[in-house]
Amino acid sequence: MEVPTVAAMVAAGKKPEIVFWVGCAGSFDERAKKITKAFIKILSQCQVSYAVLGTEESCTGDPAKRAGNEFLFQMQALANIELLNAYEITRIVTACPHCFNTLKNEYPSLGGNYTVIHHTQLLKQLLEEGKLVLEGDQFKGKKITYHDPCYLGRANQVYEAPRSLIQKLDAELVEMKNCKAKGLCCGAGGAQMFKEPEKGKQDINIRRTEEALETSPDIIAAACPFCNTMLTDGVKNKEKSEQIQVKDIAELIAEAQDL
Amino acid sequence: MAYLPNLIFGLMLVGALALFVRNINRIRKNIALGRPMDRNDQKAARWKNMARIALGQSKMVTKPIAGLLHIVVYIGFLFINIELLEIVLDGLLGSHRLFAPILGNFYNVLIAAFEWFALGVLVVVVIFWCRRNVLRIQRFCKAEMQGWPKWDADLILYFEVLLMSLFLLMNATDLSLQLRGVEAYPQVGSFPISQILLPLFEGLPTPTLMSLERTFWWMHIVGIFGFLNYLYYSKHLHILLAFPNTYFANLAPKGAFANNPVVTQEVKLMLDPNADPYATPVNDTAANQKFGASEVTDLHWVQLINAYTCTECGRCTSQCPANLTGKKLSPRKIMMDTRDRLTEVAAHLRQTKSTEITDGKQLLGDYITPEELWACTSCNACVEACPVDIDPLSIIMDMRQYLVMEQSAAPTALNNMMGNIENNGAPWPFNSQDRMQWTQL
Repeated sequence: MEVPTVAAMVAAGKKPEIVFWVGCAGSFDERAKKITKAFIKILSQCQVSYAVLGTEESCTGDPAKRAGNEFLFQMQALANIELLNAYEITRIVTACPHCFNTLKNEYPSLGGNYTVIHHTQLLKQLLEEGKLVLEGDQFKGKKITYHDPCYLGRANQVYEAPRSLIQKLDAELVEMKNCKAKGLCCGAGGAQMFKEPEKGKQDINIRRTEEALETSPDIIAAACPFCNTMLTDGVKNKEKSEQIQVKDIAELIAEAQDL
Repeated sequence: MAYLPNLIFGLMLVGALALFVRNINRIRKNIALGRPMDRNDQKAARWKNMARIALGQSKMVTKPIAGLLHIVVYIGFLFINIELLEIVLDGLLGSHRLFAPILGNFYNVLIAAFEWFALGVLVVVVIFWCRRNVLRIQRFCKAEMQGWPKWDADLILYFEVLLMSLFLLMNATDLSLQLRGVEAYPQVGSFPISQILLPLFEGLPTPTLMSLERTFWWMHIVGIFGFLNYLYYSKHLHILLAFPNTYFANLAPKGAFANNPVVTQEVKLMLDPNADPYATPVNDTAANQKFGASEVTDLHWVQLINAYTCTECGRCTSQCPANLTGKKLSPRKIMMDTRDRLTEVAAHLRQTKSTEITDGKQLLGDYITPEELWACTSCNACVEACPVDIDPLSIIMDMRQYLVMEQSAAPTALNNMMGNIENNGAPWPFNSQDRMQWTQL
């Protein structure tokens, strides 16, 4: 798969219109890599002028900050900002709500000012501009429930872009009892992804999966690689992996496009 | 001696107000123990936030039943306070229903409206009591609600029943005397609710009825003076603090956590190849500032006003994913602990006449345990749920910062994650040179 890097483009005297911030999960996690690839396929098909930072990309610092290590967060942030500013980057898209939130909200006061959008927002925009056309009826009659990632929804009020994409798929969007501003966390945020949960009666991802299963969906749509992992584990735990898929919205769109 | 009641009333009024002012000043001083935080920007947006959330109760109605019931009590409370003005003036001047001749027919409308509000408040307060004590709604019965918090919640309801009942009894006896044509009780007002109580007083001789009327009148106003000064010791302070609390609330997106400027200074120095590593720090106070929070005095003043504003409704805790799945963390407890410790620290400082806290306790450990702090997913459900814009999450994050940056006391798994970020720029042990490997597959 040919993926342009910012360094190569700049060396060739060009500049991408938008940088795709892949994120750690999207780069290294087996499941999340599939989301990255699905999104890349859509970007290429829509002929978006994009590039990735590749080996120059580094953790935004989100998990360090939320774990309490402000020092490490700012080390990461300032280094990333130096890189992005050196390339004169103005627009960033990312498929990870944690990267999205940090780049958008926490970098400006450290000197990093970019227009940052989530991949569901870019996909919606491409649809509206007519660059992305959804045909076919793979999802017709399928029930899809959408899980709001905390850092996309409550943290940044992005509720509609992902939902409008699901509706464009001609699928039936079914809401969980806790959705949008009241959406229950998948359990991964605040650096929980990287540690064992504290003692309790239940794991959070199991509870959220139960809420999703109550809607008896064919697909649980996610818009965050970490939520995806947590819900996939939850569905496995409930022994429903055969019947129910957990998919990122970019994957659903790529599938609908036969990419 | 004719002016004795006026004098007694005047003294009680001054006493109650003086005590109230002392209490409010104490709260102001306690809040000022927090670190500075500039929340004087975006004034228009702040007024709007306050009008919408505190005055307009917009976040209350996200739970429609509790929200609407609360609005009845809230509006009742606001309106009946107008009547209070007349009662106070009557008490000072020795008059009786001073506003009646001035307002004419409108007075009847007002009194009738107050009576309907009083009935509304009474009914709702009984429902509230049942929600806590009969239905035992889960969020009112969590671990942190045992003991005094439970008492406090019930006491407030009893207070309100008492005040509303006295108000109606006062009107009923007044009406009864009016109907008997007693000279001191001219026929004014309209009493749609208290007239139902008339049969209670039918057989009583007029002098007894007059002393009853006076007793109810005095008990009602003394009750109000008492309630006013109970606020300080109670979770009920929200009736006042909800307003400044929503005004000074964080208006940034909920996902934006503040960046510590002292850390920025240090990191910039580290990344600057021209910096002299042996130079004395220019800003010594900044360098000595402790990272994060282990004590209430490490929190900023808005976090402290948050703590006093909390009325322990538990909406935060009922939405917290950690609490819902049986973890120890309860955002409401974080706020209650902060408030209780702040009150304790303030009393200790007053007693020792010092600025150093030497009681051998602190917020972290003695009140809030690391286990609670590490259970948080930073999902912002608690912040979203709070009807008065309290932010428990910021306190949790500040305390985590202290644990990690001052004590290196992160859970091992998180230390590994942070080590990975430091070494490979990713939370997992993957080589940063492999970041493009996904393109090969």
